[in-house]
Amino acid sequence: MTTTGSAPASAYESLRERAQAHWAALESRPLVRVGMDATGRAAGGLDVVASFRTEVASHGLQATVSEVGCLGLCFAEPLVDIKLPGGPRVFYGNVTPAIARELVESCLVKGVHRPDLALGTLGEGPAHGIPRLEDQPYWKLQVRVATRLCGTVQPADLNQYVANGGYAGLAKALAGMTPKAVQDEMTKSGMRGRGGAAFPTGTKWSFLAGARGAVKYVLVNCEEGDPGAFNDKGILEGDPLTLLEGTTICGFATGAVQGYVFIRHGNDGPIEKTRAAIVEARKAGLLGKNIMGSSFSFDIDVALTGESYVSGEETALMEAIEGKRSMPRARPPFPANVGLWGKPSNINNVKTLAYAPEIMRNGGEWFATIGFERSKGTAILCLTGAVKRPGMYEVPFGLKLRDVVDGIAGGSPEGSKVKLLQTGGPLGGVLDARSLDLTLDFETMARAGAIMGSGGIIVGDDRVCAVDLTRNLVAFCQFESCGKCFPCRLGMTNLLETVERICQMQGQAQDLDLMRSIGTTMQAGSLCGHGQLGFNPISSAIRFFEADFRSHIVDRRCPTGSCTAVFLKPTRTRPVATSEWYAKREYAKT
Amino acid sequence: MLRERVRKAITSQPQPVVTVLSSLLAVEDEMGYIPPEAVEEVAEHTQSTVNDVWAVASFYTNFRFTSPMERVVEVCWGPTCHLMGAQEVMRCAQELLGMQGEGDTSDGKVTLKYNTCLGACSQAPVVMADHKLVGRCTPERLAALLRAERTGYHAPGAHS
Ligand SMILES: Cc1cc2nc3c(=O)[nH]c(=O)nc-3n(C[C@H](O)[C@H](O)[C@H](O)COP(=O)(O)O)c2cc1C
Ligand code: FES
Repeated sequence: MTTTGSAPASAYESLRERAQAHWAALESRPLVRVGMDATGRAAGGLDVVASFRTEVASHGLQATVSEVGCLGLCFAEPLVDIKLPGGPRVFYGNVTPAIARELVESCLVKGVHRPDLALGTLGEGPAHGIPRLEDQPYWKLQVRVATRLCGTVQPADLNQYVANGGYAGLAKALAGMTPKAVQDEMTKSGMRGRGGAAFPTGTKWSFLAGARGAVKYVLVNCEEGDPGAFNDKGILEGDPLTLLEGTTICGFATGAVQGYVFIRHGNDGPIEKTRAAIVEARKAGLLGKNIMGSSFSFDIDVALTGESYVSGEETALMEAIEGKRSMPRARPPFPANVGLWGKPSNINNVKTLAYAPEIMRNGGEWFATIGFERSKGTAILCLTGAVKRPGMYEVPFGLKLRDVVDGIAGGSPEGSKVKLLQTGGPLGGVLDARSLDLTLDFETMARAGAIMGSGGIIVGDDRVCAVDLTRNLVAFCQFESCGKCFPCRLGMTNLLETVERICQMQGQAQDLDLMRSIGTTMQAGSLCGHGQLGFNPISSAIRFFEADFRSHIVDRRCPTGSCTAVFLKPTRTRPVATSEWYAKREYAKT
Repeated sequence: MLRERVRKAITSQPQPVVTVLSSLLAVEDEMGYIPPEAVEEVAEHTQSTVNDVWAVASFYTNFRFTSPMERVVEVCWGPTCHLMGAQEVMRCAQELLGMQGEGDTSDGKVTLKYNTCLGACSQAPVVMADHKLVGRCTPERLAALLRAERTGYHAPGAHS
C-alpha cells in the first residue's frame, strides 16, 4: 500500500493552521490547568477544580479552567498551573480549595503571582522571583518524550494536541514514506518494548508486516495490572491522542486495518478520555477511511477486560478481547501469524506506541542519541513508596538508580534510609540499597535479578521488612494466577503458604530450598511469564536479604517488627457462587 | 422488569464487537451485579452456552452475583500501599464495619473490597469510597470517611 504525497501534507497544513489559531486564542486569556488524573483526584483535585470554577464564575472572569492529566509531580498534587497572557506557566503545589480562592483573587483578579505559594515556573516570561522548574533536580534530569504533553494539553482536545506538534509524525509517514521505511525508522531508533520483555519494536512490526492475510490487528496493551505502576493509564488520561497517533503509525507500517486499545473495566478516566479522543480523530479524518486524504484506512476502538492480571499477557489479552477467560495460549503459533480471531496481530504496550509520533517527527536517529547502549530513549518511571517526591518521571536510560531515587525523588523521608527497591512489578525483583549504583537500562536491571518491567520502582526504607514485602508480592501472584497451568496455580499457593509461615515465625530450616525447588518447577512448566517469573520476587529477596529470612526462620524474629501474624488480603479468588445464590436462583425460576 | 433492563444493557453496547465478556461488563455497569437471568440472556445473545458464560463471569474478580450494597469501600493492598500502611487501614475498615474480611456487612449496607492497585500509588495508602479516590488515607481518615459517608448508620461492629 503506497500513498500519494501531496494530500496528507496539505491536510496536515490546514489542520495545523486551525490548531495554532486555537492555541493562540487559548493563551490570550488567563489559563488555569489542574492535574486531574487518578493521582490528582486522590489528592483532592476534584474540590480544587470546583473551587476554581466557582470563583472564576463569581468574579465574572475571562479565564479558562482546564482539567489536564498528570505532569508527573505527584508529590505536589493537587498541582495547579496558572498562565497569564505573555507570562510563564507558574505551578502551585498542594493546593486546597482555600488556596484556590486566594490564587484566583491574586493571580486572576489582580494579575500578580504568589511567589510565597509557588513551586516553580516553566517557559519564557517574567518569573517574579519564583524558581524555575528547569533548575529543580526533579525536572532537570528528565527528558520528556512520550509524556511531553501530559499535564499541558487538555486530554482528547485535537487542536491543543496538533498545536504542540501532534500528527506531524503521521503526516510525514503518509506523505512520503513506505510502510517499510516506517518500520526501518523504528528499528533505527533502537526502540524496545516498554511492556516488560523489551523486544525490538521495529522487528516486531516487521513480523506483522510480513504476515499473510488481508485483515491484521494492532493491539494496544493498557491492562497495566502491575501494582505500583500508573504510567500507561497516566498517558491515556493525560494525552490519549499521542497513543492514537502512534497506533495509527503502527497500523500504517504493518498494514493493519484495525486497532484495539485494551483497558481494564473500571478505569473510567482512561476509558472515557480514549473514547473521546477516538471520536475527535474520526471527525478530523485522522481515523477511518483514507486518513488525511491518503489511500490508508485504519480505525481504533476500545476493548475492555475484567479484573485479571494475566489479561495483560499478550495471548491472554487476545482471549479477553474475544470475550473468554483471559488464559494464555501456547506459542507457536505466534500472534504475528495467528492472533486475535486467528488473524495476524501485533501487541504493544501503551508507552511503546506513545513514542512513535515523536520518533517519526524527529527521526529514529534523534531518538537513538538519547539513552544508553542497547537501551535507547527514555524510561517512564513511577517512583513510589518511602521517598520525598513520589511521581511519574521520564528519564533517559543510563542514569544511575541513585540519580533517580535520591536526585529526582529526593531519597527517603527525614530520619530513615533507603533499604530496598522493588522494580518491574510483582514479577520483578527486590533489590537492596547497594543497587542504587546500578545503571538504569534493560540489561543491567535484568542482570541484577530485577527487571525494568513497566517502570514501577517502589522504595522501602529501613522500617520495612523485606520478607513482609515479599509476602505481599507473593500473595498478589497467587491471587492473580489464572489457574491454567498447574505449576503456577499450585506453586504460587505453596509459595504463599511457605512465606506466610516464615512471616509467622513458623518457618523451617528447609523452607528456602523448598521454595527454590517449587520456583524451578514453575519456571519450567508454565505457559506464560506469570508462572515463569512468579518466583522472581522470592529469589531476588533471598539473594539480597537472606539474613532477614534467616532471622525469621532461625531466630524467630522480624528485625523491623513489621511481620504481623495476620496478613490481610483478598478472600476472593476467582469467585464462585455461594449456596445462597443457588437458593435465590431456584426462587427466581418459580 | 429485570430481564428487560438486562437485555437493553446487552443490546445497547457502544462498541462494534460484542462478546460474552463485553456483555457481562455491560450488565454489571447497568445493574451493579450479574443476576442469574443475565447469564441466560448473555448466553442467548452471544450464542454461547450458560456454562460458557458462567466460566467467564466467575473468572474475572470484578463481577458479583448479588445486588450491590449502597456503599462500596475499596482498600488498596498493593505493595506501595502495603509499605505505606495499608494493613492498618484494612484492619480499621474491618473493625469499623464489623467484618472478618472482604464482603458485605450483615445489615446489607456496605461492601468492603480489597483492590490490588487503585492506580494512584504516589498517594499511598489509597482507598476508594463510592468510586471516589482518597489518597494518604490513615485509619483516622478512613473512620471519618465512613462516618461521613454513612450518616445515621451504625456499623454492626462500631461502638459509638
Ligand atoms: C502475567 C503478565 C502480565 C502482563 N501484563 C502486561 C501489561 O499489563 N501491560 C503490558 O504492556 N504488557 C504486559 N505484559 C507483557 C505482554 O505480554 C507483552 O510482552 C507486551 O504487551 C508487549 O508490548 P511491548 O513489545 O510494547 O513491550 C504482561 C506479561 C505477563 C506474562
Ligand atoms: S499500590 Fe495502592 S494504589 Fe497502587
